[in-house]
Parts: sequence; structure tokens; C-alpha cells
Amino acid sequence: MSFTVKKAGDVTVFEVEGTLIVGNRQELKQRVIDEIEGGARKVLVDFEKTTYIDSSGLGVLVSLAKKIRETGGDLRLANLNDDLQTLFELTKLDTLFQISENRARALESF
Amino acid sequence: MGQGPQSLELEIPSDVGYIEDVVAEVVRRCEAAAFPGRHVAFHIPVAVTEALSNAILRGNAEDTAKSVRVRVLVDARALVVEVEDDGAGFDLEACTLDPTTSDNLGREDGRGLFLMRCLMDHVEQFRARGNVVRMTLHRRSSDDRAA
Repeated sequence: MSFTVKKAGDVTVFEVEGTLIVGNRQELKQRVIDEIEGGARKVLVDFEKTTYIDSSGLGVLVSLAKKIRETGGDLRLANLNDDLQTLFELTKLDTLFQISENRARALESF
Repeated sequence: MGQGPQSLELEIPSDVGYIEDVVAEVVRRCEAAAFPGRHVAFHIPVAVTEALSNAILRGNAEDTAKSVRVRVLVDARALVVEVEDDGAGFDLEACTLDPTTSDNLGREDGRGLFLMRCLMDHVEQFRARGNVVRMTLHRRSSDDRAA
């Protein structure tokens, strides 16, 4: 997994490439926490280039969403492919996150 | 149709860094056996990752002196994956939480076994030399059209 961090106005966008799984989730978690502690309040995770996510990856997203909501911010998601959408539906995490079909829609939603 | 039966036996240290390579090997064999794209891209990698993760983190508590043994059999009808650790074992039914309830939805953990059971046709747990989780995913004849 690799990820890049970009700014789109006041939204911090994380593009996740590859897998988000138990072996690499801490890298993303720490980087998002660094951004939150640096003042980021609107965070978007873009999964356009993500192949699959395991339960640890989902757990990190839940953890980060809690953390940023405690600061009055929000973490939103975009660009889930059909498999990732199924994953969020199976676990009902689609009810916990605001998910947009693409980045433009997600940025407008903040 | 795919190739004939393929088997794979691996032993890896209790280190989550090995998971992706093992998953890739299993996926390659399922692709060769013409499993449908959704199985190859989603069901199999997620379920195998969860099984290995449980074995390394829970079964062996990341003790690098302990190993995880993986046995895979793929043929035209099914994928069978066995993941064996050196832990004491667990009660599959008791340990499978429903992460979709309002009490559990906000938990950071507790989705692994649930996903394995959602994504594979059968998940069993038993004792052999160590603690074994066996997962089976059937390749149905209708999958030939879906692949």
C-alpha cells in the first residue's frame, strides 16, 4: 500500500493505492492522526486505486472517524468500487460513513 | 475451464508482513482455476487475509518463534484453505460477533470472523497439530458464465 496526501481547499485528501490491511494500516493511521493534530478537520479518503481492505483496515477507518469527530471534524470516503461497496454494506459501515461516488461529489459534501 | 488441481503448502513466521505474499499465491492459483473475478479480487483475498491475521495476531500472539502453516487445494470445484497456528484454539461460534448491531458498529475490531463467514461458503475450526481454521469456497458451474 502507498498513499498520497493532497489538499483540496480546506479538505485533506488521502489517496490509498493497493491494499489497506493489517500489515500496513498503521502507516495510514499515523499520517491521518498527524494531519488531525496539525489542524485538519475535513478529511477525505479516496479509494479509487484501492484493491481491497480487510477488517483491520476497516477498524482503522472507524478509529480515525471517531477521533476526528471528537475535534468537530469529519472523515468521509469516496470512490468505492463494487467490492469495497459490498464490504461496507456487509458490515453496515456504509451507515457510519458518508460515502460519495467520486471525489468531486465528496468535496462538495463538506 | 481452468487447469487441474493445484496444491500449496507454506509455513510463514508470525509476522503480518508475510500476509500479502501468501494471499497473492492463493489468488494466482484461483485465477488459474478460472474462479470468477469477484472471488479472485474480493472474497478470497479478504477471507485469507483475515484467517492469516487471526493466526498471527491471536493464535500466535505475534511470537516470531512460532509459525503459521497454510495448506491450499484448488480445483475446478472448490478452493480449500487451511490455516494452522500454535495457539490454544477458540470457539468459532462464540468468537464470531455480529459487527452490524448498534452496540458493535463503532468497534474497531470484531469484523474478521464475520467477514470470513460472509465471503466463504464454509468456515470450520478444529484441533490438529495446532489450531486449524479451514475455509471452503465452491466454484459453481454458473460461475463459468460469471467469470
